[in-house]
Amino acid sequence: MQAFREHTGVVVPLDRVNVDTDQIIPKQFLKRIERTGFGEFLFYDWRFSGDGSKIADFVLDQSRYQGATILIAGKNFGCGSSREHAVWALADFGFRVVIASSFADIFANNSLKNGLLTVRLAEEQVTEIMRRAKERENYRLTIDLQKLRVDDGQGFSAAFAMDEFSRHCLLNGLDDIGLTLQHEAAITAYEAQHPVRPTMKNILAG
Amino acid sequence: MPPRTLFQKVWDAHVVTAHDGQSPLLYIDLHLVHEVTSPQAFDGLRANGRRVRQPVRTVATVDHNIPTTPRGLPIIDPIAARQIEALQKNCRDFGVPLFDMDSAEQGIVHVIGPELGITLPGMTIVCGDSHTSTHGAFGSLAFGIGTSEVEHVLATQCLPQKKPKTMQIEVRGKLAEGVTAKDLALGIIGQIGTDGATGYVIEYTGEAVRGLSMEGRMTLCNMSIEAGARAGMIAPDETTFAYAQGRRFAPKGKDWDDAIASWRLLATDPGAKYDRVIEINAAMLAPFVTWGTNPGMVVAVNARVPELQSFTQEADRRAAEQALTYMDLKPGTPIERIAVDRVFIGSCTNSRIEDLRAAARVARGHRVNPKVRAMVVPGSQAIKHAAEQEGLDRVFLEAGFEWRESGCSMCLGMNPDILQPGERCASTSNRNFEGRQGRGGRTHLVSPMMAAAAAVTGHFTDIRKWKFE
Repeated sequence: MQAFREHTGVVVPLDRVNVDTDQIIPKQFLKRIERTGFGEFLFYDWRFSGDGSKIADFVLDQSRYQGATILIAGKNFGCGSSREHAVWALADFGFRVVIASSFADIFANNSLKNGLLTVRLAEEQVTEIMRRAKERENYRLTIDLQKLRVDDGQGFSAAFAMDEFSRHCLLNGLDDIGLTLQHEAAITAYEAQHPVRPTMKNILAG
Repeated sequence: MPPRTLFQKVWDAHVVTAHDGQSPLLYIDLHLVHEVTSPQAFDGLRANGRRVRQPVRTVATVDHNIPTTPRGLPIIDPIAARQIEALQKNCRDFGVPLFDMDSAEQGIVHVIGPELGITLPGMTIVCGDSHTSTHGAFGSLAFGIGTSEVEHVLATQCLPQKKPKTMQIEVRGKLAEGVTAKDLALGIIGQIGTDGATGYVIEYTGEAVRGLSMEGRMTLCNMSIEAGARAGMIAPDETTFAYAQGRRFAPKGKDWDDAIASWRLLATDPGAKYDRVIEINAAMLAPFVTWGTNPGMVVAVNARVPELQSFTQEADRRAAEQALTYMDLKPGTPIERIAVDRVFIGSCTNSRIEDLRAAARVARGHRVNPKVRAMVVPGSQAIKHAAEQEGLDRVFLEAGFEWRESGCSMCLGMNPDILQPGERCASTSNRNFEGRQGRGGRTHLVSPMMAAAAAVTGHFTDIRKWKFE
């Protein structure tokens, strides 16, 4: 996993609440069996009309937000389907950070596994960043995961929280399967005490 | 030991290790796998030279993108076919049991787990699908995960998990005639919102919940994710045991007796505390219809599309306005005046035998409105077979419904079953998100009876006034 320590980038405001993962990456793009190449289909139905032509005014494609790496959106971002493809699409498009006042649980977990930082701020702080990102050209934020701070160098600064283990994994880009396998002895002991029920053993026989 | 909740008991029984500074490591009893969220996980195993740690605790099927046309026909979509072939190969290579396309056990992953007796009380169950919450109906801790976590469970049979908070939803009183588990779920989400339970595991309690069949409980727990919950759970009782007994992979003989004895201990202890408690009065519930683009945008069938002024929060008002534009609806329109083009009866929410019986009872002796195309998609091959034994297929076919093969179908439209732009659908599925059932499609979530009634009349119709044949 890509480590995350500090990042500075242009902020693009997606001023909607309850952005679900069906919007982030529509179902027709879930049939790929690779992890890559999802970025071009990000927010597809909002970015492209039925005939495949670009919808000019969608915020992500406005020239002033080109190259943005930080997405800010309304509450409950990433709700709905568990599809990790949503995170792959955001990361593949170039996003390193999503800021919102709340995230759906599965989306937040999936982000963590891919080095995409989800930053939770208070509703008023999100509104303020959203306002600045709309009003100021080339509006940039710095997100510092070591200090747990968001700062725009123009008077806006805020602290955010993250559980210590997730932060540790992100800062060091740790493969958490590797971490779990360090507990091999404990897993084996648990399995010895909790054997598979006899009827399930037949399932392999078909 | 202090009194514990159902959740706490299942959690405690599955903690492998809890080290300072790390999330507790939870053992996973059952990992359900399907074609869409697993290929990258198996590739991850290959890239790291890892095996599937417990193939007998892993069960795969194909459901999300298979066609619901007769099984002998080829899969026309080459990308879907490639994904199905990938699952077949992955299951072969890693020794994972697979209920394939042509199998008598094939079905929606959340339907076949319970129906085969694989899902039982007190387990931890995960799947790369958010509606894994369905299995909580048995008093298991069951939740959806992403593909990285699928890989993690394949490799280790464990998951590091932050401990969620607990929420009790106590439903007082009985559900009225025509008000189903689906309406209860929609009523709850309408009240607490689509993020009302984010970070929580819900335990459903109370007379109305106890009164639900296992099918109804699965519908209720299934929709927990639509309130943002990590999982939904219902303590196992005689209804649970009666459902599970004798199923193919359920324990037998003395093992069964021992299992029941241990499951009886799972119920929440008197005096156990939840982090949050919500009370719902069953008498306040009605058959519900969603009007917007998330499941929390819902009103009773005899109500109207809400006025924009009724939203106090600016963000909610704007969301409602966007939703009404997408849905092509005007505030104040009576729900019963909204006409539908399509009807979909199916999905992991409402495709079980009881759902089909309820819909058939409404359809019996009627004809589908000529302006409506209606389809019934059983949740599994076993349900399809059982329904045919009962003659439900004849009821549907004679009324003019399509009777199709099992799968996820138009719930998410990954297969050819999709809405055309602008089409309006009464659907028994779980999500009315923009484009969910097809780009530009307009989805209204309802119960199976309400869907069948809409198919017949051509518009939403209060099932409480229905004249059953």
